[in-house]
Amino acid sequence: MIVGLHHYLVVSALLFSLGLFGVLARRNLLVIYMSLELMLNAANLALVAFSRYNANLKGQVMVFFIITVAAAEVAVGLALIVALYRRRGTAHVEDLNSLRL
Amino acid sequence: MSELLPSALFYAFAGLALVFGFLCVANPLSRNPVTSAMFLVLTIVSLAGLYILLHAFFLAAIQILVYAGAVMVLFLFVIMLLNLEEEERRKIRGITLGLGALSVAVIAGILIRAVVAARPSAGTTPLVEGGIRNLGHTLFTLYLLPFEAMSLLLLVGMVGVILLSKKDLK
Amino acid sequence: MEPTHLPATNFQDLAWAILLLPLVSALAITLGLRRNRELTTTLSLSAVGIGFGLSVWLFFLYGVSGERLAATPLSWMSVGSLSAHLGLTVDPLSTLMLMVVTGVSFLVHVYSTGYMEDDPEYPRYFASLGFFTFSMLGIVLSDNFVQTFIFWELVGVSSYLLVGFWYEKPAAADAAKKAFLTNRIGDFGFLLGILIVWAATGTVSFDAMAAKLKAEPGILGAAASLAGVLIFLGAVGKSAQLPLHVWLPDAMEGPTPVSALIHAATMVAAGVYMLCRVYFLLDLPAAWPAALSFLGSISALDVIAWTGALTSLVAGVIAIQQDDIKRILAYSTLSQLGYMVMAVGCGGPDAAMFHLTTHACFKALLFLGAGAVIYACHHEQNIWKMGGLAKRMPVTFWTFLLATAALCGLPVLSSGFYSKDAIFAAALASNRPVLFGIGVLVVGLTTLYMSRLVIIAFLGESRSEAASHAADPGRNMTLPLLILAVPSVSLGWLPVGAYFKSAIFPGAVTHSAEGFSDVFFEPFNHSPLGAFLGFGLMAFGLSVAFATYWGAAMDPMPGHLPRLSRALRNRLYFDEIYAATLIPLHDAVAALADWVDRWIVQGLFVRGISGGMDLFGRALRLVQTGNLQTYAFLFVAGVALVVLLALK
Repeated sequence: MIVGLHHYLVVSALLFSLGLFGVLARRNLLVIYMSLELMLNAANLALVAFSRYNANLKGQVMVFFIITVAAAEVAVGLALIVALYRRRGTAHVEDLNSLRL
Repeated sequence: MSELLPSALFYAFAGLALVFGFLCVANPLSRNPVTSAMFLVLTIVSLAGLYILLHAFFLAAIQILVYAGAVMVLFLFVIMLLNLEEEERRKIRGITLGLGALSVAVIAGILIRAVVAARPSAGTTPLVEGGIRNLGHTLFTLYLLPFEAMSLLLLVGMVGVILLSKKDLK
Repeated sequence: MEPTHLPATNFQDLAWAILLLPLVSALAITLGLRRNRELTTTLSLSAVGIGFGLSVWLFFLYGVSGERLAATPLSWMSVGSLSAHLGLTVDPLSTLMLMVVTGVSFLVHVYSTGYMEDDPEYPRYFASLGFFTFSMLGIVLSDNFVQTFIFWELVGVSSYLLVGFWYEKPAAADAAKKAFLTNRIGDFGFLLGILIVWAATGTVSFDAMAAKLKAEPGILGAAASLAGVLIFLGAVGKSAQLPLHVWLPDAMEGPTPVSALIHAATMVAAGVYMLCRVYFLLDLPAAWPAALSFLGSISALDVIAWTGALTSLVAGVIAIQQDDIKRILAYSTLSQLGYMVMAVGCGGPDAAMFHLTTHACFKALLFLGAGAVIYACHHEQNIWKMGGLAKRMPVTFWTFLLATAALCGLPVLSSGFYSKDAIFAAALASNRPVLFGIGVLVVGLTTLYMSRLVIIAFLGESRSEAASHAADPGRNMTLPLLILAVPSVSLGWLPVGAYFKSAIFPGAVTHSAEGFSDVFFEPFNHSPLGAFLGFGLMAFGLSVAFATYWGAAMDPMPGHLPRLSRALRNRLYFDEIYAATLIPLHDAVAALADWVDRWIVQGLFVRGISGGMDLFGRALRLVQTGNLQTYAFLFVAGVALVVLLALK
């Protein structure tokens, strides 16, 4: 069976779902953050696959940008987590429920 | 032969990416963030392999350099910095897990169904060669402005991180 | 030198100024000047005084010439075919009434500066007085039913404020409430009447209505008499006619100058004035809807005439056995208002307006005199605790006597003689001999109770400590008495009756008096029967009063006629009858309404909706856990839903 676009898309969807599951189920903020990265990578895969099969380089350019932004985002996000940890002494989402009145 | 090898490699890399991804988010043996991080690195490397199969060589290189290299090192660095214990053995609420799994399954089902239903007939033949030359040309002509904006974003991110990392955050 | 004739638009400014001046002063006092007595006095006196001056000016500019002017109306609201506007009408009727209202109001203001001097709420009193004057002027100047009704209610409100001025006294607060609620009953009928007339003619403006009625006399159809009676119901309430008269005697709880202003000269006269203003609506042949067809040929005017006559008789009888000086005057007012209403019913609105004018003067004088007596006797109102005041309070006594003469209709030397005679003439002319008889009989009654009052309170010996030290009050209180005494005596010598006749019936032939004897003895020439009979009964009443009460230490009547006396002292049990019949009925309706409000409106609708919302909110609150992942889960669920819908 020839590997086509939809194979990559299915892999992308599955990876995306795994990342989502991590976001929903894990408690450690860092792990949740990693799961988010996984989701981003899943999206990247789909974009690259689209680019490859649609005779268009724009998808790859988009992935390039996404990686760049993700790098910046990780830096800022991790800095936030560090600041939060310093203040609260925890990195567990269950302990961070000050949103509740 | 020329058809078989890429297919085999695809299945290998895809399988590895999925397995490592699963072990990253839901490792049944360890709940240590370091373990998750290491498996995420492996997932990213597998994805880089898929990129190569898609002839996106430059992206594959960046994936490994930036993601596996810089980003994940940052993650590990933070994990070490915070000296996080193994995720405390709190009681895992079954309902959370169940609902999470259910919603994820639903999302996955929807996505896959959409992919299968829209089975792209034209999507069987690869068309674009993702060489560095082509990519670079597009990037520095058509997408020059976003590229420059990106550099600004990185600068802002850097300043923000320095600000946030100050010890006495006000 | 004044210009003899102003540009035609200027009368508007004059009329508006007269109307708004008291309101401005009332507002200014209420909003800013409560602390300042001098400024309060100056402001309210000058507002009403200037109003009076302008009224006189307006009267001589337009009233005398008989011009009918209507100010450009200000459109107020327009709903469907109903367009209500704020308009002022300046015609002979309103200009003379303006003079009466502002004049009496001004004198009452002056008098009040003395009477209310020691009251801590002095500024509030003057603010209410100004507000009342404004409302009353609004009725006088109104040119349409909607505006009349609005000011009608404003008069009710301001009278509530004034009667209940001493609201810390339970009796005063109750009286104010009673006056207001009783008036509401009449006003309800009034409103229905307005609606019927508006539905039939499609307009609420008096002039337009009169024009339509002239073009098409049967426009009101079968509702003609019903509409007339319903409109009359408003006057029944405001002018305290028979079934609804019970509020007026109780309203004497208010300050006495207030009684002089609103229960003698203005508010109670508003009903009569309104009847004269819309006389063209009342003077229609009898026509009843099918459900009321048993009323047959009784026209609206018949109902009005008989109501007035009965009120006049009943009030005159009750007054004989009252001991409170103000209550006697209150019943006498009722009786005189009955006269006016009867005159309207007998087709003599001109006579009614004539009597209204003279009555405004002498009854205000009587009340102010009574106020002076009460003031001098340290708020003693029982005439049996007075006595001998004639020597100690000569100014009050003589002015009071002149007013009494006017009220009784002393020939020639009083204005009441002429105006009452006009009423008798109207009754005779309309071929209602029974009403004529009642009217003349009431003259005897009036003389009897007024002579009783004068004999007991002013003549003889002092019966109490307070009365023996009484003295005339200060000049600001005696001056209004003296001023009011002038028109009380002399108003009848002027052709006021003829003036009103040409005002209400333009183009009618009026009897114009010529020569000395015709001016002063006009009633004897013009309608000798009423004049002579009235004079005879007056003499009879006077002699009965002297025979009974001269030198009496206490009222002999309870001893001789115990049952009649008791019935009269209990005011013919009107209040008791109402308490036994209407009030339980009203309570039952109120209880039902309360139940509906409490359980259906409040319980089911208000509480139900708020309870439902509350429950919903509580349920929704469970969602807010503060847990990040719950939100993430909900978010994912939402995304799944949206994607599902989008892919459908």
